[in-house]
Order: sequence, then C-alpha cells, then structure tokens
Amino acid sequence: MQYMLLIYTDDTTEPAPGTAEFGTYMQRYMEFTQEVKDKGLFVAGDALEKVNTATTVRVRKNEVDTTDGPFAETKEVLGGYYLLDCKDLDQAIEYAAKIPAAELGSIEIRPVMVFD
Amino acid sequence: MVIVDPAQAVIAQTVKHEWGRLYASLVKYLNDFDLAEEVLQEALVAALEHWPGEGVPASPRAWLLQTARRKAIDRIRRRRNFAAKAAELEVLLELERQEGEMTTDDTFPDERLKLVFTCCHPALGEQARVALTLRTLGGLTTTEIARAFLLPETTLAQRLVRAKRKIKAANIPYKVPDPDQWQERLSSVLAVIYLIFNEGYTATQGGSLTREELCGEAIRLGQLLTRLLQGEPEAAGLLALMLLHDSRREARVDGHGGYLTLEQQDRDRWDRGRIRAGITYLDTALSLRRPGPYQIQAAISAVHARAAAFADTDWHEITLLYDKLYELQPSPVIKLNAAVAHSFHRGAAAGLRALEQLQTELHRYQPYHAARADMLKRVGATEAAIEAYKSAIQLSSNQVERDYLERQLRKAAGRGGQS
Repeated sequence: MQYMLLIYTDDTTEPAPGTAEFGTYMQRYMEFTQEVKDKGLFVAGDALEKVNTATTVRVRKNEVDTTDGPFAETKEVLGGYYLLDCKDLDQAIEYAAKIPAAELGSIEIRPVMVFD
Repeated sequence: MVIVDPAQAVIAQTVKHEWGRLYASLVKYLNDFDLAEEVLQEALVAALEHWPGEGVPASPRAWLLQTARRKAIDRIRRRRNFAAKAAELEVLLELERQEGEMTTDDTFPDERLKLVFTCCHPALGEQARVALTLRTLGGLTTTEIARAFLLPETTLAQRLVRAKRKIKAANIPYKVPDPDQWQERLSSVLAVIYLIFNEGYTATQGGSLTREELCGEAIRLGQLLTRLLQGEPEAAGLLALMLLHDSRREARVDGHGGYLTLEQQDRDRWDRGRIRAGITYLDTALSLRRPGPYQIQAAISAVHARAAAFADTDWHEITLLYDKLYELQPSPVIKLNAAVAHSFHRGAAAGLRALEQLQTELHRYQPYHAARADMLKRVGATEAAIEAYKSAIQLSSNQVERDYLERQLRKAAGRGGQS
C-alpha cells in the first residue's frame, strides 16, 4: 500500500546552505533515501523549491486566476515528499520518523487512494 | 426487563463476557471491523432464536464464533456478485477451509491484544480510541457509551464510523506492535484505559460524582491487559491504581450525594477486598523492578489505604513518591499534589510556599485553587481563602464538586453550612 509522506518545515529552523549542519542534514537525507531504496519501499521522492517560488492557480467561472505564493499563510510549509510502498501504517510511521525533517518540522502521512 | 429464560440469561452473560474475544477473533479472520460487528450481531440474534428451544450449546462461545463465520461467508459470497476482490476471495477461502474444523473453547487463540493495540492506535483521535475500545473490547453498545459520556448517540456513532474508516483506509495494522514502537503504543493503551476509569471516577460533567459502569469496565480492561502482558509492570501498576481508587468509591460520597475528602471519609466504608487486590497487583508490578508512573501513583494510593486514620498517613513517604513521580513525569499537576502532601507533612505555610511557583501554569486549574483555599484556611487567612474558593467554584464543571466547594466557602466565611 502506498503512503505519501509530506514533509512540512519552517525555513527558519532548517540548517542554512553553506553551514556544516546543512552538510550533515543533506547527508542524512541521502542515507534515508538509500535505505528506503534498499528496502524496496521507495516509489518517488523529491525536495521542492522554496515556498516563495510557489504559484497558486484557481479556475472560477471558467476564468483562470493565477496568484503569487501559497494558498495559506502558515509557518510550516510543504518542502518535499516521499512516496513509499509500506505494508501498513505502522511501517509508514516508522519511516516517517526517520526523515531528518521530522525532528524540526512534521511529516504528514496520507494513504494513496485506491480506486476499486 | 427481568430475564426468566435461562437461555436468555446465558446469552446476556455471553455477550458481556465473550464479546471482546469473539470480536477480536472475527476481526482477525475478516480483517474488517464493520463486517465483524455485523456478523457477531447476527450470530447473537440466531442464538436468541435457537437456544431457548434447542438448549444452550456446550460451548456458547464456539457456537457463536462458528455461526458468525458462516454468516460472514454468506455475506462475502453475496458481495462477490458485485465485485470480486482478491483480498476478499482470500478471506473467503480461508473461512471455507476453517468451516470444517471444529472450534472449541481451547482451540481458538485470544486475539484481544491485537484488538486493543489497534483500537488504541495513536493515529486515531483520543475520543475515538476510547469509544472504539469500549465498543469492541468491552462490548458496550453505542447507546451505553453515549450515555456514559453524556453525548448524543449520533455523535458517538459518527465517531466510531470515522475511526473504523480510518483503520481501513490508512491500513492501521491488526497486530501487536514491533519492539521499537512498543513503548509509545503501550502507553497509549494504558492511557485509554485510565481515561475510561477517570471519566467514571470523577465524572467531569453532570450531576453525579461517579459513573460506576465506566469504572467497572476500565478495571475489567485492566485485568485483561494485565493477564495478556504479564511482563509489563505498568499494566499491573495501572490495574492496582484503579482498584485502590475504586476501593474508596462508596466512601467518597455522603448520604446526600455530597463529596467527601480523604480526611472526611469513613475508612470502614473502604472496600477491603479491592484494597487487597490492588496491593497484590502493585507488589507483583514492583517485583519486576521497572518503576513507572502508574506504579508510583498506585504506591501513593496504597499508603493512604494502609493508614487506619487520616492522621496516621505517612506523608513523608508520600512526598518522596511524588518526587520520584515528578522525575519521570515533570508536570505542574504532580507538583501540586506534592505541595498538598507537603502541607500535611511540614505544615500549610510550607505547602503555600510550594504552591507559589505553580500560579502561572495552573491558574486555570480548579484543584489548584481548591488546594490553595484549603491551605489558606488552615493558616487563618480567611479572606484570601474565600477568594480562592470562588476561583475554584468558577472553574468547576461537576455539580457535586461545586457543592462541596460552596460548602467549604460558607464554612470559611463563617456563615454556617453543614459539616
């Protein structure tokens, strides 16, 4: 069963690029990705550009409305995701807790919907 | 209704005692909480039809399980006409394979530990965990649970539906958790049981102080868990704690339904049987030498249970236990209790000094004001005591508790009131 692990972080609490902490942080991400690949759980996973690059699109009355920025102003924003194939929620929780950002922000686990 | 028919009496008893075990087995076979409930319900209806005429079978539990499984086969077969899913076919094949096997009481394994861990999964909301545990393990009906929690039945039914839907959609597993998740998951199970007990014991809302059926249900669940988890001292610790608290249930209320403090209680009314059972479980737990918050709280309760009169209480022991508890669980509420014990050990003035540092964190917490009022009264600061009682009354949501506080307020103000 596939689970989407959505990584929410607050930019200001994550290590800044160029610092030694950032190097360690990235190293841990690479190790995590390797681990889920080795275990055969990895389906997909990416980091996203910062939220100030986001564009929001709505269609209302057949008109496309494009605006800058995210839909809502919250401190923690979506920064990346993993799509994993886990046997159950407990396994998904186990791996969500291993994502480095779990210690700074939060991971939202969403089961991927299966259409019968 | 008076039950006259022996078959009906057996059915009623079986429902009460075997529901959780039957339900747990059915969920294991069927991997579906709703289907398990439906077929178990149908099996009970069948029992009501057949047992009065044909006599009660030798093993009511086995009969009910067999019947429920047959009902499940029928249902899945009917469903297959619409959509044959691989998972359902697998369940069906397994059920049909088992149909030939005779089930007796001894041959079907107890699956309730899996059920309790699924129902108390932290991915479910706290209230959903409580409702689901009472429904599936306790066998309480939706109506009974709603009544116990003073909720509209539709609200409670909705809560159960949502919880079961999440179990299915998110694939919350039906299993005993792995070692690395064990501690978090066990504490969630214990917390749910203690929450049920406390809801019954302190009845946070409404007009009566306790709702016995919830206390009884929580103790039953605690006994079950202690049996299933013999190496876990906190399970026995929680059971000991509940039994010791429950031993004082009758004595906490006076003839008019008013609340009595430990000091005012008639200790002859304490249930000695419960105290003995509680202390036995506590000793078993402590002998495993892995202390935890429930064991320490039970130990505190046991100190009270051992004191022949309030004046004989070993307050020194109690303050030490609170210190130990605070080490494991640093919370201002524990500090508050420690301050109360301190006030009996070293005097009310010392207790008040200990309370000072808690003001910011606990100024919205009723027991803080009630404890402070009592200590102020004991040092003779009547005006301040009255103000503190007023704050406590404002924050109280239970009528019995409020009545008690109002009586104390009147006494402090010297305007009479009953003793």
